[in-house]
Amino acid sequence: MSAPLLQVQGLTKRYGPRLACDGVGFALHPGEVLAVVGESGSGKSTLLGLIAGEVAADAGSVTYRMRDGVPRDLAALGPAERRALMRTDWGFVRQDAAQGLRMAVSAGGNVGERLMGIGERHYGRIRATALDWLARVEIAADRVDDPPTRFSGGMRQRLQIARNLVTGPRLVLMDEPTSGLDVSVQARLLDTIRGLVAELGLAVIIVTHDLAVARLLSHRILVMRGGRVIETGLTDQVLDDPQAPYTQLLVASVLAA
Amino acid sequence: MSAPLPEQGYNFAYLDEGTKRMIRRAILKAIAIPGYQVPFASREMPMPYGWGTGGVQVTAAVLGRSDVLKVIDQGADDTTNAVSIRRFFGRTAGVATTTRTTEATVIQTRHRIPETPLREGQILVYQVPIPEPLRFLEPRETETRQLHALAEYGLIHVKLYEDIARHGHIATTYAYPVEVAGRYVMDPSPTPKFDNPKMDDCPALQLFGAGREKRIYAVPPYTRVRSLDFEDHPFRVQRFDRPCALCGAEGVYLDEVVLDDRGGRMFVCSDTDHCEGRRAEGFTGEQAA
Repeated sequence: MSAPLLQVQGLTKRYGPRLACDGVGFALHPGEVLAVVGESGSGKSTLLGLIAGEVAADAGSVTYRMRDGVPRDLAALGPAERRALMRTDWGFVRQDAAQGLRMAVSAGGNVGERLMGIGERHYGRIRATALDWLARVEIAADRVDDPPTRFSGGMRQRLQIARNLVTGPRLVLMDEPTSGLDVSVQARLLDTIRGLVAELGLAVIIVTHDLAVARLLSHRILVMRGGRVIETGLTDQVLDDPQAPYTQLLVASVLAA
Repeated sequence: MSAPLPEQGYNFAYLDEGTKRMIRRAILKAIAIPGYQVPFASREMPMPYGWGTGGVQVTAAVLGRSDVLKVIDQGADDTTNAVSIRRFFGRTAGVATTTRTTEATVIQTRHRIPETPLREGQILVYQVPIPEPLRFLEPRETETRQLHALAEYGLIHVKLYEDIARHGHIATTYAYPVEVAGRYVMDPSPTPKFDNPKMDDCPALQLFGAGREKRIYAVPPYTRVRSLDFEDHPFRVQRFDRPCALCGAEGVYLDEVVLDDRGGRMFVCSDTDHCEGRRAEGFTGEQAA
């Protein structure tokens, strides 16, 4: 097996007396999709924030294998290096599209921002790339100059995905990308994500409370409760034969359509 | 060129010496780091914010007794703001004032750079309303400071991208962002982009004061100032399809003057000193009276 892309060890975060994340650790390999599931308040989003460096950890480390193949402790990176990594090799798709997009800037500008951030200074090329990416996430080309405020919830999430993938990242973090969307829109979005992940060989950490999303997208699953990982394994294994009582409850509580 | 008697009871150039020293320190730092916005303890001035309190403080700090001061507002020496500030320093510093660009040693300006090329030894002081070029794209000051510190200027190109996407060309005509000495991106204050090329490699010292925002920045003499653009949409200044109606000057920035309520209008030099100088030399335009 190849060396892991991301190695998380003993991540811990306290908010006062409350433990949001308690010694969470896992390894993620290139091209692997890991689902983090659990109920609200189980520490899923905090975990994602810790990995992305947006929340300062109380203990633990996040090690990432850079493009040159050298694993680096992310806490030891300078701000310039960290930010460069975040906008080239990583993506972050937010639950609330308004946080992940520039709502006052057109769709094309949103997709082009990362390109301009890494030094692209040719308008024609930026626009062509933006149009190409909008097509790949199934947004019509004639919406390229509309701001996301005029987009539906599903389109905003698609735009976020395009904006993040335009620089060809190797790792994408997704925080509940399908929540708040109706079922048919969800299905199409999941289909798009699954296609892109397979096509680009992305490693993904997807946080979700929806077990169907985990089933559809992920290879492995991490079940969290109260800031702890209580069960982990292959997705089908965990969902079909849950060992921990809480996981059994979680699986059993899914309504059959 | 008159030097009226200064008012009694004021320190030279209104501000106290401690304040002037503080501002001079900020100016020196600004000159040392071209284009970098240096915070300073902006004072209350006897005029409202937005009327040039930053420029006035910078002028007060650099003014000496032998200086000759010129103040322009939109290129004109005779508008209210220009006249008031000129009189202010006439009364509180007793320095000589002028409207002639060539005679001035310190020129405070709002919106224009004089058409007459500046020379070594002159200081051009800009009044700046919003010093942060990234402000309308990124509202957080903590974040814009990071972006400047790390020279992450992709965002400013997003603004230019939006212009082209919407208008087919870069439609920003004033406060057009520039890169100074290959490092900091700077807002040249709301000067028309027509004047941007004059900032590049200019022999005079250019100082920028933002009173409300409490920032000073500078472009030292002979510094490279490059207007940002795209490879396939290069920076261009606006062109006028007619000469000045009074002095016949071409290649200068013109103001539109409405003459009557039947659509009559004329285009005249925005730089009044330049226009008067040319007319004194005998140049005339089509509507010269």
